[in-house]
Amino acid sequence: MSENNEVQPVGTERPKGLFGVTGTGDTSGFGGLVRAVPAPAEILSTPEPLGGYFDEIVGALKDLLGEDVARAVVVDRGELTIHIAPDRTAEVCKTMRDDESLRFEFCSSVSGVDYPERANRLHVVYHLTSMTYRRNVRLETAVGLDHPVVQSVTAVYPTADWQEREAYDMFGVVFEGHPHLTRILMPDDWEGHPQRKDYPLGGIAVEYKGAHIPPPDERRAYK
Amino acid sequence: MTTTEHGTEPAADAYAAERDTTEGRVYTVTGGDWDELVASVDPVNEERLIVNLGPQHPSTHGVLRLVCELEGETVRSVRPIVGYLHTGIEKNLEYRNWTQGTTFVTRADYLAPIFNETGYCLAVEKLLGVQAPRRAEVIRVIMMELNRISSHLVALATTGMELGALSMMIYGFRDREKILDIFEAVCGLRMNMAYVRPGGVAQDIPGEAVTMIRDFVDYMPKGLDDYEGLLTGNAIWQERTQGVGYLDVSGCLALGVTGPVLRSAGLPWDLRKTMPYSGYEEYDFEVPTHNGADAWARYLLRLEEIRESLKIIAQGLDKLEPGPVMVEDKKIAWPAQLALGGDGMGNSLNHIRHIMSQSMEALIHHFKLVTEGFRVPAGQVYTAIEAPRGELGIHAVSDGGTRPFRIHMREPSFVNLQAIPALAEGGLLADVIAGGASLDPVMGGCDR
Repeated sequence: MSENNEVQPVGTERPKGLFGVTGTGDTSGFGGLVRAVPAPAEILSTPEPLGGYFDEIVGALKDLLGEDVARAVVVDRGELTIHIAPDRTAEVCKTMRDDESLRFEFCSSVSGVDYPERANRLHVVYHLTSMTYRRNVRLETAVGLDHPVVQSVTAVYPTADWQEREAYDMFGVVFEGHPHLTRILMPDDWEGHPQRKDYPLGGIAVEYKGAHIPPPDERRAYK
Repeated sequence: MTTTEHGTEPAADAYAAERDTTEGRVYTVTGGDWDELVASVDPVNEERLIVNLGPQHPSTHGVLRLVCELEGETVRSVRPIVGYLHTGIEKNLEYRNWTQGTTFVTRADYLAPIFNETGYCLAVEKLLGVQAPRRAEVIRVIMMELNRISSHLVALATTGMELGALSMMIYGFRDREKILDIFEAVCGLRMNMAYVRPGGVAQDIPGEAVTMIRDFVDYMPKGLDDYEGLLTGNAIWQERTQGVGYLDVSGCLALGVTGPVLRSAGLPWDLRKTMPYSGYEEYDFEVPTHNGADAWARYLLRLEEIRESLKIIAQGLDKLEPGPVMVEDKKIAWPAQLALGGDGMGNSLNHIRHIMSQSMEALIHHFKLVTEGFRVPAGQVYTAIEAPRGELGIHAVSDGGTRPFRIHMREPSFVNLQAIPALAEGGLLADVIAGGASLDPVMGGCDR
């Protein structure tokens, strides 16, 4: 162990691999292959027809709110995702709920996702369920860190209240029009938004009986 | 009270003392006579009393805090405060491989671990584009329904305890113990089993456990008759639950409330029927509903649901045919085989012999799959299953790596708890407890 009290992550003290290997330690040659990052800057729409009831939903939505309501429409693994603008979420949800051909009465879930590679990195995802037609649809919107404001849907779906508070708490997305946007799971005076990708897990180096334990995201891992 | 140079201090009081604040006088009540306390409150100038229940109050069903504003004994407003049990399960999942994820999600709603695991594994399987073999699906259904019964038994037991029917608590936990024994026989653990894995289940169900399940299916109806004999005709039970915690269908839908609470309001929405998964469409069962929309209706409904679950379990046992319990694809299936050895459950000795002394490739395969895990194609899915408390949704996002990019659990406890003000405001303080208990929130699931 090093003499100084400076905490060093396990594995970085001696940058040599097993049996004194330097570099990547790769002997197979496959380590040189580079994978394309599957996070394109622009979300590509699935070409029509989408199949099933998806065309019906997208068609009805575009008829009611105009062609430009959907920034992209993606069908993947049998699920429909409609990407919409962050300042139109309430309007779109109200139409989705009230129109007779759509009837998405129920908002199942609101969740945030952080894609640090993208310009609009904070995504908010709404999962709507139509109990009348037994259909599901996903609405997704994205905002950047410079102006992370999404219109709140609490007036349309009161159930989004706590779920939007959770998305604010964990990702720092500000929901405009939310009645009381405060932290819900973390303490009120917490700093930072824990589920952003640049927020470390644990984040605190621990010293216990002389052994230094790095924060979990800096520990040795097989990747 | 003693006076020191610092001012007035209480004499050796372990709890916060009475004190005056800008908001009014603050009392700390940890027992004693309520009438005495009320007598010390000025009834003319202090009409509204703010009572803080919890977070460590036994009647708040876990570490839930309720701030109630009372006028006399009438509740004028309730503010639920959650987050005391937040353990960062969703964040932690992003640092483990997909298989390790089951050990984390199982700890969210600790009364329904099999549901958390199954919901998560269905999401991972949908991302992978694989389907668990038939025997694994049947085992999952049997385990889920056993788990539903055990969860409903705890709901009945704790509701009984909170309303003063202590015998019900003893009976409920006694019968739940039989289910936990079955779980132990199936996978060695009573709770948080991490039994359901992406691609199937961790190990096959032993014959001994099947016998135990059959015995339980024969035993349980009599237990239910006993509960009904104990509670249904009981005048106090009826008074405490009938008309209490009323929430109608439109209220449920607006607030996102699902599960027994929604069905107690009359809407037969059960994902097992309406959007079947894991082969539920093959089973013959009813979705019980009630039109009371109150705590009484939810009590009756949970009893009915236990009876329906018993029907499903009996059918599931008949459907158990020999076969694999994990997908054939060796790039996904967990390499180690578990077996009962001389020193308890552990890795199968045959497997150890194979990787340690017969095949270098098998060892490498084992090592890579266990340490690094399998890769999941990029994309996102949402799967929803009918947990004992309502819709349990898993929103899983993969970036093509060996670890989840993001997992969000749409926890029914979290969403349903929003309904507490709607259930309780305008009623009596005692009905906050009855109404809250009828929602059956589990804070481990709520806070994750």
